[in-house]
Amino acid sequence: MAVVEAFVGAATVEPGRGLYRVHTRRKLMILTAMAIALCVSFAVDLAWGPARYGLDQVLLALFDPGAVSDQVRTVVWDIRMPVAVMAIVVGAALSLAGAQMQTILANPLASPFTLGISAAASFGAGLAIVTSVPLLPVAASLIVPANAFIAALGATLFIYLISQARGVSVQTIVLLGIALVFTFNALLAFLQFLASEQALSAVVFWTMGSLSKATWPKIGVTLAVLLIALPLFARNAWALTAIRLGDDKAASFGVNVRRIRLETMLMVSLLTSVPVSFVGTIGFVGLVGPHIARMILGEDQRFFLPGSVLAGALLLSLTSIVSKSIIPGVVFPIGIITALVGVPFFFSLIITTMRKSW
Amino acid sequence: MVGLQLDEVGAAYGRKTIISGVCVPKIAAGEVVAVIGPNAAGKSTLFKRIAGLVKGPGTVQVTGSDKGRNAIGYMPQDSSANAVLSVYESLLLARKQKSSWSVADADLIYIDRVLGALNITDLSFRDLGALSGGQRQLVSMAQALVREPDILLMDEPTSALDLHRQVEVLDFVTTQARQRGMIVMIALHDLNQALRFADRVVLIDHGVMRAFGTPSEVITASMLRQIYRVEARIEKCSRNFDHVIVDATAA
Repeated sequence: MAVVEAFVGAATVEPGRGLYRVHTRRKLMILTAMAIALCVSFAVDLAWGPARYGLDQVLLALFDPGAVSDQVRTVVWDIRMPVAVMAIVVGAALSLAGAQMQTILANPLASPFTLGISAAASFGAGLAIVTSVPLLPVAASLIVPANAFIAALGATLFIYLISQARGVSVQTIVLLGIALVFTFNALLAFLQFLASEQALSAVVFWTMGSLSKATWPKIGVTLAVLLIALPLFARNAWALTAIRLGDDKAASFGVNVRRIRLETMLMVSLLTSVPVSFVGTIGFVGLVGPHIARMILGEDQRFFLPGSVLAGALLLSLTSIVSKSIIPGVVFPIGIITALVGVPFFFSLIITTMRKSW
Repeated sequence: MVGLQLDEVGAAYGRKTIISGVCVPKIAAGEVVAVIGPNAAGKSTLFKRIAGLVKGPGTVQVTGSDKGRNAIGYMPQDSSANAVLSVYESLLLARKQKSSWSVADADLIYIDRVLGALNITDLSFRDLGALSGGQRQLVSMAQALVREPDILLMDEPTSALDLHRQVEVLDFVTTQARQRGMIVMIALHDLNQALRFADRVVLIDHGVMRAFGTPSEVITASMLRQIYRVEARIEKCSRNFDHVIVDATAA
């Protein structure tokens, strides 16, 4: 405090800290509300389907499985639960990946979808489905996700390496991403042209993105990546926020910008490639989730980080419900629904929110 | 008490050498040093080299400080940022690096005091992206100050400020230097400000230090002709301060 008192005119100054505490409490309340909304959405996702159950039955099936019929227990636990959990985990992972991509590339358009990473994964999966050529020596049943993973990882690292070159602007990275999207789409189209009818329909279904491929092992792997990434990002929360003030400024705060970027991009490449390799192309969550969090919570990573995770998880969980509601008995591929639901929602937020979102 | 000395300091971006062989004898606590020179002379690179943001030959010796890398606070020339953060959050960010998520009252009190001292309390909860150029400079200065540096490097801190704010800011940092025993190095284009506020002046041109001394030793008519290519006089005003009066560009 002795140094504080050294400031000229210090004794007469009071103000901001009370208001800062109020703002902080408000952000914590928003995060709590988002978490509650996610729990409700999860329960509705379990209740919703060809056989509709009340929330009381779902809660009973969750917390006292012996008290409900075998049919309810089987539908809730064995059929709907993996899909509902996968929606949350994949939404959280993609949104977190998008948030950190936007942070370290200083680019509001950065996301797995817009930078061509999803397109790369689609190409990898297409290569496996059409030609059975493995990019990794794995069991035959894992060739599709493994190829998608390697292709997505390669695309992410390629973007990272280019972004590190001196003189590369934000616009260059966006253009590079667009170029990657076109390149991998063209390569995929080439594979589709060569594919048999059966392989073609498998490729098309894969590229639409679907949670119906969810299994507990896939959930476990995706969740593990998420649980490794979150503490790392949390530890670097101040540094990541500082990077948004510019590299020079962050470095002047003592941030090792290069190391943080490398760590983050490696983690982002895993967060992106793992879920995409399991569920296919799910667009917009990685773009819209972080923007929603940014608009309502700002970019202090202590709030932006959990906010992005919750926004992405909530977005995909709600989308999962919608995908089952359009035509009773039919589950639409979730990749189609994320665009149909997410984008208008995003537009309405941009138009109704006065606060600058980037 | 803190001290700063530069021995044969250089810096390069890739293969391109920007500054070389800069030697500044020991600058003592409480001193304000103006760094002057034409555009692209290497002033910003010299600051980045001192702050440890670029590497190069030579030694930057900081003595009498126990703050390690935090001894030096750096205010970059370009302070534009489009992050969705309030001014208050950005100051907290500057102060809290490498510490826990929780925020102590002492940190907030300090931030309040710095904002008050720079007369920008009214900007506290304004978004960074909504600030004018001058306001951004003041906030950038506050970000450097909340880190409580022993050595403060300010790269053209007054270039976007009105006359009142320029004088206010330079008065403030010189007072801070005297009261806290802080070394302040300021890159300035306004040579009259250097004459008025600096204790010593470093002249940089084409990446090389051309002169070091008191303002009246360094800022001379011959230097202005040779380095800045202007015909000028240094004359005393009625209060006996030196002033640069430019007559014309030199042939």
